[in-house]
Amino acid sequence: MRFSRLRSLEFLVGAGLTGAIVLAVVCSGLLFPDGGDAMDLAMRLVPPFASLAHPFGTDPLGRDVLARVVVGGQISLTVGVLSVAGAAIVGTFAGLVAGYYRGVWDSILMRWADVQLALPFILIAITFAAILGTDMWKLIAFMAIAQWVQYARVVRSATLVLREREFVISAHAVGVRDPVILWRHILPNAMAPVLVLMTLNVANNILLESSLTFLGLGIDPLIPSWGGMLADGRTYLQTAWWVSVFPGLAIMLTVLGLNLLGDWLRDLVDPTTRSET
Amino acid sequence: MARFLLRRLGLAVFVVLVVTLLVAWAVRLSGDPAVMLAEGSTVTEQDLQNIRKALGLDRSFAAQYAGFVGGMVTGDMGNSFMGGRAVGGMVRQALPLTLMLAGLSLLVSLALSIPLGIHAAVHRGGVADQAIRIVSLVGLSFPNFWLAIMLVLVFSIALGWLPPSGADGVSAVIMPVMTMGVILTATNVRLVRTAMLETLSAQYITVARSKGLGEAVVLYKHALTNCAIPLITYIGLQFGGLIGGVVVVERVFNWPGMGSLAFDAVASRDYPVLQAVVTVLAVVIVLVNLLIDLVYGVVDPRVRAE
Repeated sequence: MRFSRLRSLEFLVGAGLTGAIVLAVVCSGLLFPDGGDAMDLAMRLVPPFASLAHPFGTDPLGRDVLARVVVGGQISLTVGVLSVAGAAIVGTFAGLVAGYYRGVWDSILMRWADVQLALPFILIAITFAAILGTDMWKLIAFMAIAQWVQYARVVRSATLVLREREFVISAHAVGVRDPVILWRHILPNAMAPVLVLMTLNVANNILLESSLTFLGLGIDPLIPSWGGMLADGRTYLQTAWWVSVFPGLAIMLTVLGLNLLGDWLRDLVDPTTRSET
Repeated sequence: MARFLLRRLGLAVFVVLVVTLLVAWAVRLSGDPAVMLAEGSTVTEQDLQNIRKALGLDRSFAAQYAGFVGGMVTGDMGNSFMGGRAVGGMVRQALPLTLMLAGLSLLVSLALSIPLGIHAAVHRGGVADQAIRIVSLVGLSFPNFWLAIMLVLVFSIALGWLPPSGADGVSAVIMPVMTMGVILTATNVRLVRTAMLETLSAQYITVARSKGLGEAVVLYKHALTNCAIPLITYIGLQFGGLIGGVVVVERVFNWPGMGSLAFDAVASRDYPVLQAVVTVLAVVIVLVNLLIDLVYGVVDPRVRAE
């Protein structure tokens, strides 16, 4: 009883955090029409909670930290969601086909998955970003390429089990065509672990994007983003802690919300690790 | 066992091959470093040719790649574009510093996560279990570079206890290790807990308890040794991520390891250094994983028998 109440509390906190942040970021254009770029050199480095106009204070150029944090979320959320969507679509398709038809392509896919999972991706990302330069779309493509095999693996192993189940065999026997079997009968039953993986990977990719941007290897520093704000704020750590604290807090709360949701989903799907007594 | 190891060795070689090809390809895509190096000064086409020749850029991709891999094997990794220092020497200086951070962080996290994870598993569903779960979720959500900055804010700027950067003395090691240690602990606690839950339901644990063995002996001798295999595997899988994290955290603390070397190289477009750093780290990661596969065989006789 106590357990399930804590569980639903976790879900509520996770959904509340994620929902609130997504809502604020989506509406950022309405909330802050200037895009967080309005400078007011007379109001430089105002500490937080001192003025109603700037509840999170201002940065060294007199820009409102709250506005920049909310607007900056656009980048992180877009990168997180689109990279995961891309990876999940490609990986799910590959996993379905490989698991259902088996054969040579299946073996090649699985061997390649082994190789990809062993590659040190952050290092390769640093190399490519340093040499080729990055923008948001390159980052998204890179993360999708780096992660699609995770989905392929999960979907393949689910498909391997499902294709032997009676409902699939009987669908086959009454003459349902393969694409329909895959789409209507196998995919919905293989989706649960994919959703868990997606939730956790959005969180992961937000962390990855913000670290690369922080290092100067991600999003253009002129566009407000959480990683970029942290990189700027570091210079002023001695005098203006708030410039570094709030964007980091935004990353952390977003990732925490998603992790709570992902965890809740995983327990829903796979009861074996549940903390039930 | 022999077949298992052979397959693993094959995978390791292939991974290194893919990494070196990707890195060489990326550098190739970068365009002409000669033009960049000469940027700002008046040079003739002849000068550019000379620079290209000196850097070995006049050769075909295959020849460049062969030279790069050959150099990696012999340890002669060429010279830095900036100042012409031998890249091999720079890497030899930086690598131990990075491995030290990684190793210490791993030790700290194991020292914390093993007792905590066992406690959570034994008292499954209790207050401690839930508290550990929540705290580990929060820990997992920290961006490593931000945690590093926050530690600097507290321990260097507010309290003045620890140096904010550099690698002089023990005090400089504390914050980088703390950063990575905390983040690793958040993941490892959950791994220990899950592995322990599985082990604790085994019959030999019931037998050990019914023999009247003390709880500490049951947990740390009988259960923990049997958890070792999944734990070691996971730690191996994490190692790449750990190195990636250390590289990022090094940047915040100006720790003169492989990460700082790489980012300085990025800033000055010093490709030989960047190439060497990434390749060497990839090889280290692959070697650690291979080593773990070996340990696997030693720890679990079933793997050998197969």
